[in-house]
Amino acid sequence: MGISVRNINKNFGDFVALDDVTVDIESGNLTALLGPSGGGKTTLLRIIAGLEQPDSGVIEINGTDTTWLRPQQRNVGFVFQHYAAFKHLSVFRNVAFGLEIRKVPKDQIRTKVMELLELVHLDQFADRLPAQLSGGQRQRMALARALAVEPNVLLLDEPFGALDAKVRKELRDWLRRLHDEVHVTTVFVTHDQEEALEVSNEIVVINNGRVEQIGSPDELYDHPANEFVMGFLGPTTRLGGRLLRPHDIEVTAEATTGAVEAKVDRLLRVGYEVRIDAVRSVPGGEDELTTVQLTRKEAGHLDLREGDSVWLSPADGATVAAG
Amino acid sequence: MSARTGKVWSLLGRGRRRRSKGDGAALARGSSLGLGVATIWLSLLVMLPLAAVVIKGTGNGWTGFWDALSNPSTAAALRLTVSQAFLVTAVNVVLGTVVAWVLVRDEFPGKGLIDLVIDVPFALPTIVAGLVLLSLYGPDSPLNLQFANTRVGIFIALLFVTVPFVVRAVQPVLLELDRDVEEAAASLGADRFTIFRRVVFPNLIPAIAAGTALAFARAVSEYGSLVLISGNLPFKTEVAAVRILSLNENDNPAGAAAVATVLLFVAVVTLLAIDGLRRWAVRRG
Repeated sequence: MGISVRNINKNFGDFVALDDVTVDIESGNLTALLGPSGGGKTTLLRIIAGLEQPDSGVIEINGTDTTWLRPQQRNVGFVFQHYAAFKHLSVFRNVAFGLEIRKVPKDQIRTKVMELLELVHLDQFADRLPAQLSGGQRQRMALARALAVEPNVLLLDEPFGALDAKVRKELRDWLRRLHDEVHVTTVFVTHDQEEALEVSNEIVVINNGRVEQIGSPDELYDHPANEFVMGFLGPTTRLGGRLLRPHDIEVTAEATTGAVEAKVDRLLRVGYEVRIDAVRSVPGGEDELTTVQLTRKEAGHLDLREGDSVWLSPADGATVAAG
Repeated sequence: MSARTGKVWSLLGRGRRRRSKGDGAALARGSSLGLGVATIWLSLLVMLPLAAVVIKGTGNGWTGFWDALSNPSTAAALRLTVSQAFLVTAVNVVLGTVVAWVLVRDEFPGKGLIDLVIDVPFALPTIVAGLVLLSLYGPDSPLNLQFANTRVGIFIALLFVTVPFVVRAVQPVLLELDRDVEEAAASLGADRFTIFRRVVFPNLIPAIAAGTALAFARAVSEYGSLVLISGNLPFKTEVAAVRILSLNENDNPAGAAAVATVLLFVAVVTLLAIDGLRRWAVRRG
């Protein structure tokens, strides 16, 4: 059950958008397709929705092969980055659209639409036109519209991409809670790792048309399959050529075993954290710059000044990329 | 493109922009000078001659005006003009929209050329269009189609000169139309026809209507392309604009002015209709 994507290939001319992509999305999950733009995640979402045809491969939704079904026949809800509102129809008529197509009796439509508008907190705006709503409200309307047909899966393409930071944050929390209430299998595309980590319970990292890793947010953050995933999910730095998280580096004022010496190049306090740029000269090579993230307390104990020598070593249990 | 078409496009384009609030509320000295010049210029050039025609047309009182119009051959010319204009406009609504659709949505060889050809009826002096049509459908027709001196000829000539209006009005709106919206409708279960009828078409209505109004206005006022092919037979193929000429030549300037007043009235009503549509479109955002 859920969505099964098997060996999907898709090219646009010479450009390989998806290269043998296989993903299983469990029923009821809230899954993020995460990756840099142009990586193929939107193409995958559109193929699941039937808005794009794969060159080869199979898509199954709830056990049914939908690969060659038209979008009309798939019963998926799709939410677009730029809302795709029907501008000439009221909020009510927008949400009712799919039900009217299905020839649902008028009184049932009315009940269902008002229920959904309440769910997305737009019940007072039923008679407004989309142009009279804010971006966040329009996106909530688009969500209600997609949910109205009781879709097998809900697909969202960068749903918060066009909104400003504050509204984006609100809508993220709200989507999370909505999913707890509605429980429909949901897949959303994002290039924002924070959004993926915060909202989803499963993340599929896609890059250059290939799946890099699939797992829960914690798994991906703590056990990245490769350096790309590690780099994409959070800040990284290099120490002795290894990729590490800046908060996974231990700093001491005296030499310890396994530590390397470096010179503090810059000290920067940002709120509760202190960032240290330490430079180490590598014999016969370029200098290595390591960024270390400390709490104010830790930095206070060390009492560092720019130009001081420090010894750096990976902390116990530091995250490292597997690949 | 001629000055005339330029004006037409700017007229259509206005709907897209929203006027800033408090327009003209506090005019600076420079702009009040500008306003004065513009008003005088337009008054001298446009309003004064129009007023003169109306005064001339109604100079013999309402009865004179009415008598001039109810002259059987004048009335026939007006009826013919308006009915042909309606017919031609109806064809334009459908075919103009289809052509605009094809030009925006389909890729085919020669598309650029067709896009260019659409404007030819605008750029061409209308008498040249008339000559071209006469050589094609006249007595020496290479196609062996003889439409000279018939209403079919009038119909074809009017179709020719009104081709660009609906196409050029609908094209930019179609280009700007969000494909997402159609995809959203598709994923909600709407088939292609339903998508067009319920999602695309409502968005085209203001543009189609504006193009239609302009095509209608043009068809009502057409002279150059008709004067050769129509044969100007009273009661049969004489259109209003030609009738004005013959009334004037037969020493009936008041009658000519009366017909002119009617045509002017039709033009004003058409422009008002366009403006109303524009406001409606702006309000809808």
